[in-house]
Amino acid sequence: MIIKILGSGCKNCAIFKKNTETALKEVGIEAEIISVEDFKDIAAYGVMSTPALVINEKVVSSGKVLKPKEIVKILKK
Amino acid sequence: MIILKWLNSQLLKMEWLFNLIKLLVENVFGLSIEGRLGGSIHFFIYDVIKIFILLSVLIFMMSYIQSFFPPERTRKILGKFSGTLANILAALLGTVTPFCSCSSIPLFIGFTSAGLPIGVTFSFLISSPLVDIASIILIASIFNWKIAIAYVVVGVILAVIGGTIISKSNLEEYVEPFVYSSKVLENEQEELTTRDRIDFAKDQVLDIIQKVWLYILLGVGIGAGIHNWIPESYITAILGKDKWYSVLLATFVGIPMYADIFGTLPIAEALVLKGVGLGTALSFMMGVTALSLPSIIMLKRVVKMKLLAIFLVIVVIGILIIGYSFNAFGYLLM
Repeated sequence: MIIKILGSGCKNCAIFKKNTETALKEVGIEAEIISVEDFKDIAAYGVMSTPALVINEKVVSSGKVLKPKEIVKILKK
Repeated sequence: MIILKWLNSQLLKMEWLFNLIKLLVENVFGLSIEGRLGGSIHFFIYDVIKIFILLSVLIFMMSYIQSFFPPERTRKILGKFSGTLANILAALLGTVTPFCSCSSIPLFIGFTSAGLPIGVTFSFLISSPLVDIASIILIASIFNWKIAIAYVVVGVILAVIGGTIISKSNLEEYVEPFVYSSKVLENEQEELTTRDRIDFAKDQVLDIIQKVWLYILLGVGIGAGIHNWIPESYITAILGKDKWYSVLLATFVGIPMYADIFGTLPIAEALVLKGVGLGTALSFMMGVTALSLPSIIMLKRVVKMKLLAIFLVIVVIGILIIGYSFNAFGYLLM
């Protein structure tokens, strides 16, 4: 599983990344987390508000710093 | 009528707080608020507390409303309209869509790649930092309702006219080509529950307060300094109502500055108390909020120089016109 966090290096993105790590640990999934910071790459996903979460190249959330609980819910889908 | 008046003076202008801080300064610090030091301490404490209270309540309300208008929905609504009507709607939606200068670029790309005319996008980009619900109520608190409504009306008109001019000038070729080739994502956001919206609004309050508290302290500090330490004659000599260049100067000092409206209002307030024209103070505020170096640099990455220059010229001229008209007719609003 490849997880990407889109956002141009703001504080929120760091929190988001931490939350994602916590969520991954909770469900016991090994995954690589990549931060995408360049706005051209972010735009390529068609995202209009950051931070956004991309799992296996699919945008699953945007414009919201998800809490670990919410990420767990998405991961379990 | 009496009840409304009471609500206005106690809740909005917070006269109770004014009097409370007056007691504090006079009895605890032993300073008269007519005096210089007492006056600036009073201005600082009163304004800081008032702005933080109003800000928290307002951001909460505003974010709750905004949770109904994510950029994806705004884009969908705008796509259904064309011509000036689309510009007007874009300017109005700009006042309720969640937006900060850091997300202006993804938003610009998202709107443009979905086929919205760039003029409509620019209407949105002009109005959204300039006018929002919180600023209206804050202006009403510091000045009065007539000024607040006039501010919104001219802000929206500026956004509509600016966007329309850009639409009419066929400047599509001056947008960087990669913008058009970006993917359009139609991710249907799941419907939020009231609980989600309340959580979102709470997060927004914390997030925005964390971002702006320093600007507010600085803004109020500068305001308190202007209020009590700089002689009125110095200020009116540069920015007085009778000086034709005052609006010009205020606008150009304001443009490079990066702050939001909450930090800027106390400065505008102090300036007006010192006899500076209302239009001059407003054009300073608009210069600070609508344009800033960071946002200009970011925009430069998606549009070519010519379009950026046209955008800047339109907004600057608009602010100047608004400044001069408020100076000429502002007495009708006081």
